[in-house]
Amino acid sequence: MSGLSAKQRGNGWKWLLAAIGVVIVFAIPFVARPFLLDLANQVLLACIGALALMLLTGLAGQISLGTAGLLAAGAYCVGILSHNFNAPFWIILPAAGCLGALLGFVFGLPSLRLRGLYLAISTLGLHFIVVYLGGEYETRQQLSTGVMVDPPAIGSWSLASNRGWYFTFLAFAALTLFIVFNLKRSRTGRAWRVLCEREVVASAIGIDVQRMKLLAFVISSTILAVAGALFAYQRNFVSIDAFSLYLTIQYVAMIIIGGMGTIEGALLGAAFVVLLPYAIEGAASHLPARLSSFVFALNYAAFGLVMIFFLLFEPTGLVGIIRRIVRRRRRPDVPLHPAGSNEH
Amino acid sequence: MTLQLAANVVVLACIYALVSVGYVLVYRVSRVLNLAHGELMMAGAYFLVGSSGLFNHDPVIGIGMAVLMGLLMGIVVYLALMRWMTGKSVLAAVLVTIALGILLRGLVVLVFTAQQFYPAAALGWNNAPVPLPGGVRVSMASATLVVITIAIYIALFLFLRFTRIGIQMRAAGQNPLLAAQRGIRLHAIYAFAWGLSTFTASIAGILLALDSGVDGQMATIGLKAFPAALVGGLDSFIGACIGALIVATAEIAAIQYVNPLLSDVVPFVVLLIVLAVRPWGLFGSREQLDRV
Repeated sequence: MSGLSAKQRGNGWKWLLAAIGVVIVFAIPFVARPFLLDLANQVLLACIGALALMLLTGLAGQISLGTAGLLAAGAYCVGILSHNFNAPFWIILPAAGCLGALLGFVFGLPSLRLRGLYLAISTLGLHFIVVYLGGEYETRQQLSTGVMVDPPAIGSWSLASNRGWYFTFLAFAALTLFIVFNLKRSRTGRAWRVLCEREVVASAIGIDVQRMKLLAFVISSTILAVAGALFAYQRNFVSIDAFSLYLTIQYVAMIIIGGMGTIEGALLGAAFVVLLPYAIEGAASHLPARLSSFVFALNYAAFGLVMIFFLLFEPTGLVGIIRRIVRRRRRPDVPLHPAGSNEH
Repeated sequence: MTLQLAANVVVLACIYALVSVGYVLVYRVSRVLNLAHGELMMAGAYFLVGSSGLFNHDPVIGIGMAVLMGLLMGIVVYLALMRWMTGKSVLAAVLVTIALGILLRGLVVLVFTAQQFYPAAALGWNNAPVPLPGGVRVSMASATLVVITIAIYIALFLFLRFTRIGIQMRAAGQNPLLAAQRGIRLHAIYAFAWGLSTFTASIAGILLALDSGVDGQMATIGLKAFPAALVGGLDSFIGACIGALIVATAEIAAIQYVNPLLSDVVPFVVLLIVLAVRPWGLFGSREQLDRV
């Protein structure tokens, strides 16, 4: 791949871009309007989840449709522990992580026997079980709409402002990025990549396939459950309606639209999928009233179309598009590819 | 009481069987798992909503048009989308169907709004309960559904066994390469399989819509029928039947004796048990697992 030499040449630019990026990231909470700050929060939270799913599906090649179930588990951990036991956040967050790890183990068990589609379906089954348990809890506690959650507090100070949440999410996203980035380059990450390409080869060169699969599930699910817990805290509210299958599909779409198996892809995809509905809402005001009165349906339709477009015409995702543009800039002698063609 | 429960089980099993036959058709012939099947079924029901208002509310023409649209829908889906996924990874193909499902969910609301429709009323058909021996009552639409499901299974069996296209479909499913070598036009066969699949799905959707109306929630039934197909083995029609019966029995029993909230989750619990014990399903062929 010619990407390597391009990477080396572009190092100076990369540092400059990174510096600008860092400045922007830290400036956002001080200059952005509340609405934009809320958007940024959503994007950061989605980044955490997308990175976790990327680790599992993109790196280790294990397909999971259990994302929403795991997020729900984390959120319900907050709901139950703070509603029934009045536990503080510094107990709840680790508890959510542990629950995630445990569930990851359970979600991962089918992967020892099943591959591909069948694995995806078994995680889907587990999703429904988690969602059922959440709904059952709500009925048992006679909470018709959901569980109210107090914001995390230390002494008299509590984390309630959007700006505070921005930095919290930023910290967690950075931590996740750090974990995923390092895992990707480590022995474990390389083992996952072999596993992703060919399981037989992986076991032939001495990789403990079962352990590696479960490890991927456990790490990914732990991160997802913590993300779910943060989500619950930020919203001050947990309801099972927030964790539909559509949420799972959105997360899967993030790593596809961004570009499968790449960290940049997960981040780009998260931003894209979170911002798309708002772009549509903005555009809907210019559409005929019949269409704009059903913004959610418009979202569904547009989301489906975008996903189909990427799957059919741009399987390398946004990252693939960007790489192609960069490469074209660098080497103008390369013949231009017609728009929409995929490079391999 | 017990008899009524048994009747409910039979009706639900027939719903699942009629829906899951579409999963099996597409999977068996083209090895694609179509997770938009529930949405395609819903689209079939909405075709009836559209056609019931036209043609002077004539039920025969209205239902006939809707069924025809259902058949065409599958062919269009294959030609427009799934044809391009040939040779891509199995996951990518499944994700395309998921995306299609979301697209359809959006489109039906954009076209028909989110309200619930009762096409039976529009066609002037009252869905009277049919008294059966033993004090059992099922609705007219449910009774029709049971009869039609049985008829479709028999017709499909005969079609796949004795007609030229049916045999070609089986050949394409068993070994696409050899089938193509023998001059079978794979794209045409796949398109036909998709058409048949949405045809049966539309019939299911139409009958359910006649029974209890249609809104955006109908697609869930399609998703719940999927465990039935998988429990039986994704490439076996007999399996789909028996899987449907197992899932329906478990679901009705859970609703009756444990907790009505379990209705959405029981099919997937059954599915997980089968996946753990016998991943290729009760009647599925074992080699399929290595292919995916």
